[in-house]
Amino acid sequence: MEIFWFIIIAVVLAVFFILDGYDFGVGIIHLFWAKKEKDKEVIAKSAGLFWDSNEVWLVAAGGMLFMAFPTFYASVFSGFYLPLIIVLWLIIFRAIGLEFRSQFKHQMWKDMWDKSFGISSLLLALFFGIALGNIVRGVNLGGVQNNISTYEGHYFFLPLWNNRFSPLSEHPGVIDWFTIIIGLITVVVLAIHGANWIILKTTSSINKQLKKVVLKLNIMLLLLTIFSLGIWQIINPNSLNNFIDKPYLIIFPIIYFSALIGLFFIKKLKKDIQPFVLSTLLILGGITSSLASMFPVILPSTNTINESLTIYNTAATEYGLLVALNWGIVGFILLFVYMIIQKRLMGGKIDKMDYGH
Amino acid sequence: MEDMIFYDRLQFAFTITFHYIFPQLTMGLSLIIVYFKWKYLRKKVEKYNDAAKFFMKIFAINFTMGVVTGIPMEFQFGTNWAKFSELTGSIIGQTLAMEGMFSFFLESSFLALFIFGEKLMGQKLHFLTGFLVFLGSWASGWFILATNAWMQHPVGYEILENGKFVLNNFSALFSNPWLLPAFLHNQIAAVVTSSFVVASVGAFYILRNKNIEYGKLFLKTGVVLGLVSSVLLAFPTGDWNAKNVAKYQPASFAAMEGIFETEEAGSEIILIGQPNMVEKKIDNKIAVPNILSFLTYQKWDKQIPGMDQFKKEELPNNVPALYYSYHIMVGLGTIFIGIMSLAVFFLWKRKLYNIKPLLWAIMFLFPFPYIANITGWYTAELGRQPYLVYGLLKTSDGISPTVSSGNTLFTLLGFVGLYMLLGLLFLVLVGKTIHLGPKHQTY
Ligand code: HDD
Ligand code: HEM
Ligand code: HEM
Repeated sequence: MEIFWFIIIAVVLAVFFILDGYDFGVGIIHLFWAKKEKDKEVIAKSAGLFWDSNEVWLVAAGGMLFMAFPTFYASVFSGFYLPLIIVLWLIIFRAIGLEFRSQFKHQMWKDMWDKSFGISSLLLALFFGIALGNIVRGVNLGGVQNNISTYEGHYFFLPLWNNRFSPLSEHPGVIDWFTIIIGLITVVVLAIHGANWIILKTTSSINKQLKKVVLKLNIMLLLLTIFSLGIWQIINPNSLNNFIDKPYLIIFPIIYFSALIGLFFIKKLKKDIQPFVLSTLLILGGITSSLASMFPVILPSTNTINESLTIYNTAATEYGLLVALNWGIVGFILLFVYMIIQKRLMGGKIDKMDYGH
Repeated sequence: MEDMIFYDRLQFAFTITFHYIFPQLTMGLSLIIVYFKWKYLRKKVEKYNDAAKFFMKIFAINFTMGVVTGIPMEFQFGTNWAKFSELTGSIIGQTLAMEGMFSFFLESSFLALFIFGEKLMGQKLHFLTGFLVFLGSWASGWFILATNAWMQHPVGYEILENGKFVLNNFSALFSNPWLLPAFLHNQIAAVVTSSFVVASVGAFYILRNKNIEYGKLFLKTGVVLGLVSSVLLAFPTGDWNAKNVAKYQPASFAAMEGIFETEEAGSEIILIGQPNMVEKKIDNKIAVPNILSFLTYQKWDKQIPGMDQFKKEELPNNVPALYYSYHIMVGLGTIFIGIMSLAVFFLWKRKLYNIKPLLWAIMFLFPFPYIANITGWYTAELGRQPYLVYGLLKTSDGISPTVSSGNTLFTLLGFVGLYMLLGLLFLVLVGKTIHLGPKHQTY
């Protein structure tokens, strides 16, 4: 039962990163590559139409995590207090930028909100990546000092950084050079994803140029990925053991790397949807590989006193998980119906659509 | 420790108060939009369709605000109330996750379709999407109130040895006797807010002599619905809630009504007066004898326990705030019924559109339902104190063990700043929409 909910939540989270991920990516592209006013307009619109329905996936993932793994929810949310609240502020800031940029036809007004949309998208992508990095690296559960826990064993609190920015020190902070690298990877992945979304959804004049951008970013991604794998081995020599013990898990990294390689051929791809599918797989592969490498642990402990949080020691009871499964199935069926209806009515290029006014 | 709890509570109170400004309008407005759209389908008069789309525009702005201020609410359960989440998450997580699954998805998917899809879908389907948005927003109210009802009156649970609350009866969450009255009262209160807003926009157009045709439509719809819903709010739903509080939270009932001493033969109802916590009495009191006993139990001489009957630890820790919140809500509710009756009377006499002072009054009335709603929630939440889960889990035992008060103060200040900006922009946008009027909207 725990495994089941773990998978469901992982899927919902992945969907969030795929859907809202292109939003963030669009913001990053918008910040660095959109120059002409018309392109800016179209690009902002390609994110603006859908962001709030995409963000619902985050809310849903949060709710399910709360229900199924309450101890994990409590531990992680209070432990990562500051970065999470900063993420919230960024989400709000980004939304303001998107919603308000086109409200007044004044250049300065637009520029201001364009920048706020772009920068907060970039920072959000970075922070989400850093969060993933923290989860993979692990934290000092129980706040152990001189072999004594300062809190209950499943709680912790991380400062934003420690004075050496090192993941190897006894009290790692949220931001260190390992998590920064994972953060950068996330930024690059989402930028690629966003570019592909723009290619798919708009006829903006920079679509051709964006393919070149994707190529460049892809090279960066390959290097960063290899680099991070190396470092990860140093931080945690056992990090790849799960793949050796359970070889079928290798499928997830394979998805990631095939998508990565596929993207090198972006110029040959005829249909606009193909690059987008590839970057979707990239995100999916990335998230699932990270989770698979830890399973069943969901938050490793960096000390030897308190045990890591796993899906088993943080889960709700059987009865709760079971009833939730019943309504969950109904919910998912409904959700797919909505999505089909929405996609059928709203497909196609954004700027060619007539919204009926 | 003490200041930790204080900042946590302050931050929660601040952010939820701000959040609840928006959903109360969306929930009520979605109903009014469905009504206009339905009128259009029946009558085929363009103005109804314009009205529906105009308010949908205001709805959309509100919805965005609701989403961005709602996400911090959900996060805060984990960030600031970690112990509470850990202990009760497997129960209240059910209703919160269901809210995401069944209502937010519904609402947000069909909102986009309603706004952008009129031409693509044709009128009947467009009405249907509007209806689904309405359904989604009310479902969201239902689930969030189910969550809150469990905190006010816990049911269907079991407490394990390690102190964790676990669910043992799912359907009890929804047959909770606290839920239905609270839901109905709260939803009708949302309808009050939105009908007052609609009426206010109408009065504004008429007074400005602009968009007159719409102005009359809005005013008429707003005051009629405003009267009906204000009355329903006091009776039966308000009364029903009061009976529930008296039954399940007698200590809060005493505090809310300001009964310091138990009266042997039936309690008086206090209309006006200031609680004096030192001398334990109400200053400058105007009260009517025995009415409270009658209203609550239909018996003139029924004894109602006063605050003297409870231990200090069981009483809400801020009695004056609770007392005032309750009296402000009820007082405003009474005033609403008065003004709206007057307006409907003149509407019926066909004079309403010409009575300037009344129009001015209606125009400036719209903030007050917001105040009543918020004070209503303060009544509920302060009344629940000192417990998070009534009778079982103290508020002081629910906070995050690892977050320091300095951090919470920092984030609280951040929220205050950011929300000021958000509020300002919100006002500008809604102002702009109203200024442009129903005919000239762009999407
Ligand atoms: C426009 C807003 C509004 C107005 C005019 C009223 N209420 Fe109310 N009231 C609410 C908005 C509200 C609310 C915000 O919606 C609450 C908070 C919790 C809830 O379920 O509804 C509420 C709660 C609430 C409670 C429960 C408090 C608790 O849980 O401890 C009672 C006893 C009443 N109301 C009673 C009344 C009475 C007798 C009214 C007489 C006119 C009245 N309300 C008017
Ligand atoms: C229905 C959903 C709601 C839930 C689940 C909920 C839950 C909570 C929680 C967990 C706390 C923190 C602990 C405490 O101090 O008691 C709290 C406090 C509070 N809530 Fe709510 N709340 C809800 C709705 C509201 C609304 C709509 C408002 C007001 C607009 C509100 C006003 C407050 C206030 C003022 C406090 C602080 C109480 C104090 O300072 O003692 N709540 N609520
Ligand atoms: C502690 C209490 C609360 C929490 C945790 C909470 C949580 C949330 C969240 C996460 C969202 C964003 C959903 C999205 O992405 O679409 C939201 C929006 C919403 N909330 Fe709240 N909320 C609380 C109180 C309330 C109350 C008391 C009500 C009303 C009964 C309410 C009604 C709504 C509605 C209708 C929306 C949809 C957005 C809108 O229409 O504005 N919420 N809430």
